[in-house]
Amino acid sequence: MSNEHHDLAIVGAGPAGMAAATTAAELGLDTVLLDEQRVPGGQIYRNIEHLEASGELVALGDEYRRGIELARAFRGSGAAYRPGSIVWQTSPDGRIGLTDPDGARMMHARRILLATGAMERPVPVPGWTLPGVMGAGAAQTLLKASGIVPDVPVLIAGSGPLIYLVALQLARAGCAISALLITAPASRIAGTLKELPRALLAGRDLLKGIRWINEIRRLGIPLTNGVSRVRIEGNDRAEAVAYEADGSSHRLAAGLVLLHEGVIPNIQLSLSTRCRHVWDEAQLCWRPETDEWGATSEERIAVAGDGAGILGALAAASLGHLAALDTAFRLGRIGEAERDLRARSARADLARHSRIRPLLDRLFRPLPDSVVPTDPETIVCRCEEVTVAQMREAIRLGGEDPNRAKVFTRCGMGPCQGRMCGPTVGALIARETGHGIEEVGTFRIRVPVRPVPLMALAGLVGEEEGLPAGESTL
Amino acid sequence: MFRRLRAAGGEVTIHVDGKPVRAAAGDSVAAAMLAAGFTALHSSAVSASPRAPHCMIGNCFECLVEIDGLPDRQACLTTVAEGMQVRRQMDEAPMEGAGV
Amino acid sequence: MSTMDTDVIVIGGGLHGTSTALHLAQKGMRPIVIEKNSVGRHASGVNAGGVRQLLRHPAEIALSIAAMDRWLNLEGLLGRYAAMCEFVGHIGQVAVAETEEDMRPLEARAAEVRRLGWTHEEVIDRNELRRLLPAVAGHCIGGLVSRRDGQATPYLTSQAFRLRAIELGVRFAEGVRVTGLAHGARWEVETSAGHFTSDILINCGGAWAWQVAELVGEALPRGHFAATMMVTARMAPFVTPVVIGTGRQLSFKQTANGTVVIGGGIFGTADLTKETADPIAERLRVSAETCSILFPIMRRATIVRAWAGLEARMPDQIPVIGRSQAAPDMWHAFGFSGHGFQLAPIVGSLLADLIVDGKSPLPIGAFRPSRFNDAKPQVGPVST
Repeated sequence: MSNEHHDLAIVGAGPAGMAAATTAAELGLDTVLLDEQRVPGGQIYRNIEHLEASGELVALGDEYRRGIELARAFRGSGAAYRPGSIVWQTSPDGRIGLTDPDGARMMHARRILLATGAMERPVPVPGWTLPGVMGAGAAQTLLKASGIVPDVPVLIAGSGPLIYLVALQLARAGCAISALLITAPASRIAGTLKELPRALLAGRDLLKGIRWINEIRRLGIPLTNGVSRVRIEGNDRAEAVAYEADGSSHRLAAGLVLLHEGVIPNIQLSLSTRCRHVWDEAQLCWRPETDEWGATSEERIAVAGDGAGILGALAAASLGHLAALDTAFRLGRIGEAERDLRARSARADLARHSRIRPLLDRLFRPLPDSVVPTDPETIVCRCEEVTVAQMREAIRLGGEDPNRAKVFTRCGMGPCQGRMCGPTVGALIARETGHGIEEVGTFRIRVPVRPVPLMALAGLVGEEEGLPAGESTL
Repeated sequence: MFRRLRAAGGEVTIHVDGKPVRAAAGDSVAAAMLAAGFTALHSSAVSASPRAPHCMIGNCFECLVEIDGLPDRQACLTTVAEGMQVRRQMDEAPMEGAGV
Repeated sequence: MSTMDTDVIVIGGGLHGTSTALHLAQKGMRPIVIEKNSVGRHASGVNAGGVRQLLRHPAEIALSIAAMDRWLNLEGLLGRYAAMCEFVGHIGQVAVAETEEDMRPLEARAAEVRRLGWTHEEVIDRNELRRLLPAVAGHCIGGLVSRRDGQATPYLTSQAFRLRAIELGVRFAEGVRVTGLAHGARWEVETSAGHFTSDILINCGGAWAWQVAELVGEALPRGHFAATMMVTARMAPFVTPVVIGTGRQLSFKQTANGTVVIGGGIFGTADLTKETADPIAERLRVSAETCSILFPIMRRATIVRAWAGLEARMPDQIPVIGRSQAAPDMWHAFGFSGHGFQLAPIVGSLLADLIVDGKSPLPIGAFRPSRFNDAKPQVGPVST
């Protein structure tokens, strides 16, 4: 039972992971790419190879081209690829715990690159736990992965570019979109459009967005801006959405409700690896502190792509490339000058692709009321069904620290380990106590970051030799 | 609530609560179940309310089902396989109390 | 910076520090607890939560039995916060024997306890084991039980003690680090949040207690370890007593909400400077295997979380309780070596008696700090 060793282990086969693996392998590093999915692509380029081969990519839109190039380059790079690998631990010392179809195993890498991407920001509105309520990205995943689309009228509520894209993709697939309820205030949208000439410098991305909105209007999909107090009604499934707009209350019947308030970095692994994290006020999320190469506060650990802050797929590929160059430098494969030289074009690409981000962050910034619930009965923690009222009681007992509130309420102790309530809990405590969110902090994340069957753990492959001592007398 | 843009092809048959469900090779168990008309996949731990997949990428744990005898598997991260036995976790008695 | 003055300062906001402050407040003192992190952050909050008289070190038996009386009357101690501990008593702790080889030490142990004058540990046969543990594996042949024993939820227990202590007037300075100690006419305590003064000082610093002792020039054992636990997703109820292994290392219990907590002899990484403790997956493997062997139903279990807590560990595996040898009006209570949780109600009470009344109602000579003076500290066998 010998441990497997690599120079570089990359977690996540999205644009950052694929680009990093390609570059690292080309530079001669023994590289392994671990990914939960069965094919490369990550969330953005999910199932990209199949979609291209079957000609279905056209219907999704032309923004996925880059994914094909990345997947092809990765496939030809010589990097080892382990699809179906559920990584549940990365340690500062380079140990990695994962479960794959053969069981649980430990491996070791001289350096680890976390390319775990983004997740949709939880949207804890009343009724969000009902069947028939999903993330907009979840509906898109079903479409991309399996060609599965809603056959009931779809209502989409929230804020963010993905809303328009998903609405269009579903409409093009023949789905009935009954309404887009945009929670960003109408004034903000108008105000930003006035900045258009300046924003145009941000490149094609903004034009793309404007084309989406025009097409949505052309298709006759009702679009309401400035929506607030979204509430989903229904008994055993979503039946209607109530909301406020233009100073009055509205109610629409709905078959499937898609919620979306943007995406945030997926930081479970970087948190559990004890990398230092910072609060990003522009993007309203925690992210690992990284340098210009993606290096974190932990010597062996780097983060690239949206997992280090939301910049989008194109920037993620550049960041993956840069992180791989730095890895090769740190492992002595290339010199500093070569690293910097090879980084030049990626840095230029990165600058180009990130230019629009501040504008997007401003334009689609979730309103506090959309993502930090006030209604006492609203569920904060889906797993343990902890409400705002219970959180308030926990805060009163001293739960001003999310980790203490967690034990008082079990909020964050269910199977999702705080993925779905963590972002809300910190913001809720900050609002209720008046403390800054940086000061409030967020949950400590424990291994395994994904559940491991006991019998898989019992059969864990990996040697105990060389492990840190469990006991010390100093 | 969902339909397939193209026929599943029926390459794979899984069993959900004992009944055969046709799926496309490469489908996640969660996708196959949604396409087959299942609304809720499990019930919540405290109030036993019906729950359905919410994120489809492994974050929400609302697709937990029993797969081949092992409970609490994430259906959205598990690919269908011929003959796979899936059981919806809908019958748990609610359990009260905080704890570790 | 401000000066805070009081009659007694407790360094360390673990369960023992909090319990000690609570008991001192009951006797009319005005304790301030100085905690470098937050109350119950380390071993107190993350231990197995076993409330166990079973298989105690002989020196601890009297204390453990007295502590159990208090656990069984938590309301008397904690008032309206008693329920927060989620304590359940009289469910029993059972040491399971798989073989005759396992049975022999258990029988010897029961005889030894009887010889010392106690009757709470009782050998049970296969039938009684089945009755107590219907889900236990068929090959198990018997065991040793202590029937009054139970379990509680550690972090909530530390919070219940904190809230009750606050109710009695105890002040907690959390996130405050002690940087210097001096004794002139009284105790001068320098901290990251200013200057504190008091008549009496109590060291309940847990894994860091030796550092507190060092500030007054007293050398005490520095041993510490990271006790590791893991917990499953909720399972239908299948086991009521708390179970410990005999031939194998294990501590095993199912909580009221259905999750199963597994621990016992699993050591993680311990870093006193960073104040971190992390589980080591490779070492969880054996515990997982042991569970599946003793309780076949655990083959269906899923591990959802593991954690570790920093805890002091003395060479002889029993705590240090008593007067400082180096400084006047200073007391130590630490070094519980992985089994201090159940003792917290009595140790706090004894210390309060010692400090206020000058005498302990129970023998504590075995715990005297001076016992390490003769021999160089050594690490004991790996067991908890």
